Amino acid sequence: MKKKKKSQPLKVRKAPFVAIFVFLVLGAVGISLGEPSRVLEQAKQICLSCIGIG
Amino acid sequence: MDFVRKWVQVLFFLITNGYWYFPVTRGIYQGPLKVICSPGLNCYSCPAATSYCPIGALQQLMAGIRLALENGQIYVGFYVIGSMGVIGSFVGRMVCGWACPFGLFQELLHKIPSPKFGVWRPLRFIKYVLLLFMVILLPLFAVDAFGFGQTWFCKYICPAGTLQAGLPLIILQPGLRESLGLLFLNKLFILSFFIVWAVFASRPFCRTACPLGAFYALFNKIKLVKLRLDTERCTQCEACHAVCPMGVHFNESPDDMECISCLSCSKACNFNAISLEIGGVPLSNQAPCRPEKAQLEQ
Repeated sequence: MKKKKKSQPLKVRKAPFVAIFVFLVLGAVGISLGEPSRVLEQAKQICLSCIGIG
Repeated sequence: MDFVRKWVQVLFFLITNGYWYFPVTRGIYQGPLKVICSPGLNCYSCPAATSYCPIGALQQLMAGIRLALENGQIYVGFYVIGSMGVIGSFVGRMVCGWACPFGLFQELLHKIPSPKFGVWRPLRFIKYVLLLFMVILLPLFAVDAFGFGQTWFCKYICPAGTLQAGLPLIILQPGLRESLGLLFLNKLFILSFFIVWAVFASRPFCRTACPLGAFYALFNKIKLVKLRLDTERCTQCEACHAVCPMGVHFNESPDDMECISCLSCSKACNFNAISLEIGGVPLSNQAPCRPEKAQLEQ
């Protein structure tokens, strides 16, 4: 007769939710400081030296 | 599942490089979508790029911190690190396996028939050194007389930038060819090196030199969506060892920082010991074992 194996206990991990919350807050702080406009300004330009030209 | 993954990779490639008007404008996309973080390594100077590369943006911010602070602007990378951290906390290096255009490129190169070799495992530490020094410390501290740093990784190493931005731009804008020098030759050499290496070994750039992969790897133990090993089902047959494109021995280290959650091991496991889980809840762990297991048990 086969032994009935115990299934692994179901345990919800909290760490990913904490990490997501922390980084969401960090992103929100960045947004409140106006960082996205700086990022957008940089991303709109071709940085030639950044790609090895010039 | 590999078929689905390939289509997801293609979809992400098209989404993050969705500006197909560039042959007419001969420039890059300059619209508002570029405020969105690309999950994978995708140069924002690529003519088709519709989002920003987190590694490029992070270096730009690090390089300009002093000037920004002097001007009263607190641009220290919260938004970029926050965006990268949210992606990392959700899926970690799953991005490498499912959403990175340069990862897809390497996978396609590896399909070219040739003898295949592994990658010496200690080389994986190089990417953490590159992340720390060339993405953070050097742009931050090696500054010129005006207090402005350089984007060291992009400028001297990034083969994705050479492939996606450097080469297309010198084709689209012939005037740029006069500016080419040793720096570009160096970058062409690095790109060629990784292209040749990717034919013979699986994902060599991801495994040894990608700082974005290194950043996401820090989340592999805590990320929301990850692979789960059912130790009761696992027979230590080591079928997962041979199929892993990153050289991970999943049955020995289920939270390995190299795992890109491509599900190759899950497909290869005859005992359904490997499945996806979200926040600790397995998605499908109740499937019966495959016939091979029954034969082994008899």
